[in-house]
Amino acid sequence: MTGRKLITDTQNTWCPGCGNFSIQHTLKNILEDLEKEGKSLDDIVLVSGIGCHAKIADYLNINSFYSLHGRTIPVATGIKLANPDLTVICCSGDGDSYAEGLDHLIFAAKRNIDITVIIHNNRVYGLTTGQYTPTSPLGFKGKSTPLGTAEYPFNPLELMLASGATYVSRGYSKQMPLLKDVLRRGILHRGFAFIDVLQICASFFPLADYYTPRVYDLVGHDPSDFETACKKAREWDYNSDANIALGTFYEKALPTFDERMKGPVVSPAERERALASLLASRM
Amino acid sequence: MHDISVLIGGRAGDGINSAGAIVAQLFNQLGYRIYMYFDYPSLIRGGHNFTIIRAAEMDIGACRDHVDFVLALNRETVERHRGMFAPDTVIISNADLVKDAGTGIPVGAILKQEDAPAIMGNSAIIGGFAKAAGIDWKNLESVFRSHIPKGTEKNLAVARRAYDQVDTKRSVERGAHPPLPLMSGNESVGFGLILGGLEAYVSYPMTPSSGILHFLAEQKEKFGLTVVHPENEIAVILMALGFAYAGKKSAVGTSGGGFCLITEGLSLAGMAEIPLVLAISQRTGPSTGLPTYTGQSELRFILHAGQGEFPRLIVAPGDTRESVYWSAVAMKMAWEYQIPAFILVDKTLSEGTYSTDLASLPGGPPAPAVLSQWDNQLPYKRYANTSGGVSPLAFPGMKDAVVKVNSYVHEEDGITSEDGDVTVRMTQKRMYKEEQIRRIMQEYPAVGLGGIPDAKTALVSWGSTKGVCSEVALRLGLRGVRPIVLTPFPEEQMKRALTGVQRIIFVEENATAQLAGIAAAYGIHADDTILRYDGRPFTFEELLGRVEEVVK
Repeated sequence: MTGRKLITDTQNTWCPGCGNFSIQHTLKNILEDLEKEGKSLDDIVLVSGIGCHAKIADYLNINSFYSLHGRTIPVATGIKLANPDLTVICCSGDGDSYAEGLDHLIFAAKRNIDITVIIHNNRVYGLTTGQYTPTSPLGFKGKSTPLGTAEYPFNPLELMLASGATYVSRGYSKQMPLLKDVLRRGILHRGFAFIDVLQICASFFPLADYYTPRVYDLVGHDPSDFETACKKAREWDYNSDANIALGTFYEKALPTFDERMKGPVVSPAERERALASLLASRM
Repeated sequence: MHDISVLIGGRAGDGINSAGAIVAQLFNQLGYRIYMYFDYPSLIRGGHNFTIIRAAEMDIGACRDHVDFVLALNRETVERHRGMFAPDTVIISNADLVKDAGTGIPVGAILKQEDAPAIMGNSAIIGGFAKAAGIDWKNLESVFRSHIPKGTEKNLAVARRAYDQVDTKRSVERGAHPPLPLMSGNESVGFGLILGGLEAYVSYPMTPSSGILHFLAEQKEKFGLTVVHPENEIAVILMALGFAYAGKKSAVGTSGGGFCLITEGLSLAGMAEIPLVLAISQRTGPSTGLPTYTGQSELRFILHAGQGEFPRLIVAPGDTRESVYWSAVAMKMAWEYQIPAFILVDKTLSEGTYSTDLASLPGGPPAPAVLSQWDNQLPYKRYANTSGGVSPLAFPGMKDAVVKVNSYVHEEDGITSEDGDVTVRMTQKRMYKEEQIRRIMQEYPAVGLGGIPDAKTALVSWGSTKGVCSEVALRLGLRGVRPIVLTPFPEEQMKRALTGVQRIIFVEENATAQLAGIAAAYGIHADDTILRYDGRPFTFEELLGRVEEVVK
């Protein structure tokens, strides 16, 4: 234990009632637990995008890369490839990774890079004061769609299952013990871990009264069963009225991108010899 | 005969570039300096490809407008390039496809006799050429043995049959030079990056930069590199920034279109002060333009790319020797000053092959980067204010260092700030680095000189036109001046190089004389501009004629 204070002195500017508080608190608890279990906090890196969620990079006193809107995942991929001993966690928003950076999300799942992506999914743009996102329901009235959206949301869990993610789960910012369980499992999972967190936006899309009576824990579900995981993921399509399962939908151990990309370590002297022999081969 | 040009032409897929490489090696072994130009359309099969191998006593980097030997793998080669033939041009052709043109080699029959696959047909043409040029069989054999690792004996047998059937038409004398490594521009960028300490290369394929990616991917095990080809150029730069944040020296490569996507991450590198090297190989634009042809129209784009103001280094080497050197310098400067550093090349340099004399690098290869080291004082501040503006580097994983980088305006500890004073202080910190880079670059050969040192008329150029401008300057008794560092602009070295000059002619391969516009801001004004923008590099005779028109 280093006695490191995990929260910085920076003034917190999330709105009262914001679901991001729960996510930050849960992450802090998990990091404290991991440290007690022998993990060095020095080996943890947080990458955030841009949006309300991303302020967590200022608030958590750990290594962080406060990146661009939609660009958490490629940064995290580079960090993990550069130093596979690091535990790399992305905090990203739904506008961030489902809109601006969707390509990176799909490719990270496809590669099974050993990083954890936590989506703070409030289903609305908060920091830009209320526009629809890829998971807002059809007809959502935001500042850019005052008459309601003309497009369906997509189902991120289904998308991730189709893309090759090896850990897929869903949490809810008002159910802290379950949230802690899925975030911790995701972080400890070797491979690409995806957690969609239904996060309450108190200012622009306060959905607690909708979610709370509909959510239920996935009990007795076998997370190694891909077909059932897909079925469970389709139960609620982020649009129609349905019960909403929380917990781990799918988990599978597969070789990771970072393991597969590992090459030999070459000393400076060997590099110099290789340069000389390369030159000789061109004569 | 000490300045020889050989044209090899055929269909795309005929192995024209490989045949060119063998002919280039033949002249290299014979004691010549080499330049090889490769011209191909953007397609996989069919279409016309050709390469011109030029061998001369002096260092060269351009083609002539006539050729001495033609290796015609198809009929089109003879028809299309007739304008480059002189009365004494020797044509060696595949007799199965080309009738009544020079010396025909019965390629099909030879392959049949040797039971050799069609792909070895080029060896027959090269064998016939070697004999026509009076090159000893021993030389040919040694080049084949060194450079054709697969099916060497059969290739030799095929070449020998052609060699024995042909008479010597025009004897090539031996040159005076020892052989040098032959390297393409893209390979030289890769080589220089490795020399500068490269650990990771991230790139999405885009002509004409892809050769760097292919070269480094092929070499990665030998040099312990991580080479990644991600989903797009946006991921390219952000992955590279992730590598650098974690302490690995990374570089990216692309062309103009890919660079459009990279600008977002470039600005992040500037704000977050993350070291990064970008190799940009220009092709003809705008937009998709001519994918496989050259241009110098990206200078202003790269100079200004990215929102906001932040320091950057741009170097534009003129040949492979310079690009080895300056690619290593770019890596060193990126890490010592925590800035984005650009290596700006073009199709002509990227895909051209040059004799590369690394023994004559100015002052030897650059010393490895010396990083601003963290003294383990806690708390670590990623953006600690120092007298030089360069903050000590620590990487995640280092004990008790909380390394926070940020795309927002930030305090010294990397935490977001919206304070006006902090914004000013951090802007000044970043811009102060530019002052230092400008100063440090004065110790480097930031301006290349050629031609006649005290001539009153100067040809000013940049990048791959080095070869052609030097040659024309020498022929016409002009001074050759060429900024290699383009940003920060080497004002003092340029003015020194132009002392006593009464007339300045800018030579550029773009339509708007971009360098002339930039130089004008420093009081260096063009009296004339000579521009070419059809995607093809200047030939010696073309530029000679256009300069003569201007100076007469």
